[in-house]
Amino acid sequence: MTASEPGRLGPAYTAPGSSSFSEFLGAHAPDLLPSRRSLPPHPVDAPHGTTIVTLTYADGLVMAGDRRATMGNLIANRDMEKVFAADEFSVLGIAGTAGLAIELVKLFQVELEHYEKIEGTLMSLEGKANRLATMIRGNLGMAMQGLSVVPVFGGFDLDTAIGRIFSYDVTGGCYEEHDHHCIGSGSLFARGSLKKLWRPGLDAGAATAVAIEALYDAADDDSATGGPDITRRIWPTVAVVDSEGVRFTDDDAIAGIVEGVLAGRRGNPGGAR
Amino acid sequence: MSQMPFYVSPEQLMKDRADFARKGIARGRSVVVLGYDHGIAFVAENPSRALHKVSEIYDRIGFAAVGKYNEFENLRVAGIRYADLRGYSYDRSDVTARGLANAYAQTLGTVFTQESKPYEVEIVVAEVGSAEQQDQIYRLTYDGSVTDVYGFVAMGGGADGIEAGLKERWTPGMPLADALALAVDLLAVDPAGGERRALGPTSLEVAVLDRNRPRRKFRRIAGDLLAALLSPGDPTRDALQEETHGGRRDAGDGATHPEATGESPRHTATNPQTQRHPEETRGGDGD
Repeated sequence: MTASEPGRLGPAYTAPGSSSFSEFLGAHAPDLLPSRRSLPPHPVDAPHGTTIVTLTYADGLVMAGDRRATMGNLIANRDMEKVFAADEFSVLGIAGTAGLAIELVKLFQVELEHYEKIEGTLMSLEGKANRLATMIRGNLGMAMQGLSVVPVFGGFDLDTAIGRIFSYDVTGGCYEEHDHHCIGSGSLFARGSLKKLWRPGLDAGAATAVAIEALYDAADDDSATGGPDITRRIWPTVAVVDSEGVRFTDDDAIAGIVEGVLAGRRGNPGGAR
Repeated sequence: MSQMPFYVSPEQLMKDRADFARKGIARGRSVVVLGYDHGIAFVAENPSRALHKVSEIYDRIGFAAVGKYNEFENLRVAGIRYADLRGYSYDRSDVTARGLANAYAQTLGTVFTQESKPYEVEIVVAEVGSAEQQDQIYRLTYDGSVTDVYGFVAMGGGADGIEAGLKERWTPGMPLADALALAVDLLAVDPAGGERRALGPTSLEVAVLDRNRPRRKFRRIAGDLLAALLSPGDPTRDALQEETHGGRRDAGDGATHPEATGESPRHTATNPQTQRHPEETRGGDGD
């Protein structure tokens, strides 16, 4: 009625019913939604994020990512973060077109917090996984132009008190994974490594070491995955989720683990056991 | 639009609307918002666990309201949408209580003059700063007028009596336990002159904006912690004391080591990809 009144919070703000931020954006500022953008006519060359590994352990879940973004044969960024806290009890790692992926992460973070503030309660872990699937589905057109975004989502399920992992495909398909999962260009090598190193009932420290070793194996064989950068002291990002929430392992602790992995590989580059 | 059958002077029209809104607001229980040494506390008399009078809007911004539930709930949701949209399209630090108070003032003012009935609500928008001098508390009334208050504010049925009590007894830098005790003591007075009510933890809704918390400063206080804070003999003086685990839970924890990399020092906050904020990497002291 009075939507033209300047400065007033208009009908989209006061419309009852929805606790979704992306639905609000769709009604009020659709140009801010990644899925409403016009498609580029030709495939576009843009920075690409690479490998993320994630695995469950006794009390939760560990997710780790290398720091490299590539564009063709070049390194576009050597200290990019690709593992993010989605909210207090969940994390997501991204591979694919970095710009779109980071926009998706930002929208997803606001989506979860928005829901939490309006509803006064946390969304269930499946609910979060499904919201993310909807957002990826909206990006299918971009994916057809070579701008795909494929995240991996993990969190601590407060109802069953375990860490759970969800993987996605470009069409928004959402699949629950068991024990461990990897995405990105180095994922084949990281997966091989995780298959040999993961075992049930690891503790957080051991699980972090397994994740870092899997990233090392990915970087060993995949040029787009960044290994530990000792001269610049750039280490993988490692997030740990348990009943107390998301924590990012600090750089000094990771440096110690990385040095342990490197020492183990001296004279034994394949890590034979 | 219907024609007015008789002439009513604008003064009379506005006065009638204001009286109507005031009557609605005075029927409800009161809410007190007051500063304490580490932030801003919200204390409401509200036996409901689900229908809140106090709420989180954004990282540093909280909301409290009295009056008609459906109307202030509508404003609360609008405020969360406003803040999240602004933070999403600009930056989290660009969301301010002043901007939100202005948007609310425009909305309440328009409703007051143009719609068939004014909102029967009074709201407070508070923003906690890194020090007490930067705390901001805005009080908005049904007609869209805004006042910037210092230290404390009370709304609802017994607001005048409570404000008089606060003026006398509130001091800057009170510990949380003292601030809560003061607020509860004043809320217990019956504005109609009847007997004092007994207000226990179950009939109160309490929340704080605690400047020592990481990114999201808002926190509800209930149950055992609230009981401990309210009992005069208990050593618990502040809400943060029982929170010993884990440290920061929000995105971003590890600071980089520019001195060790040999590259030019780059603050994490300048890299938009990290979405880390300076206050988090510096240990949550704010700016």
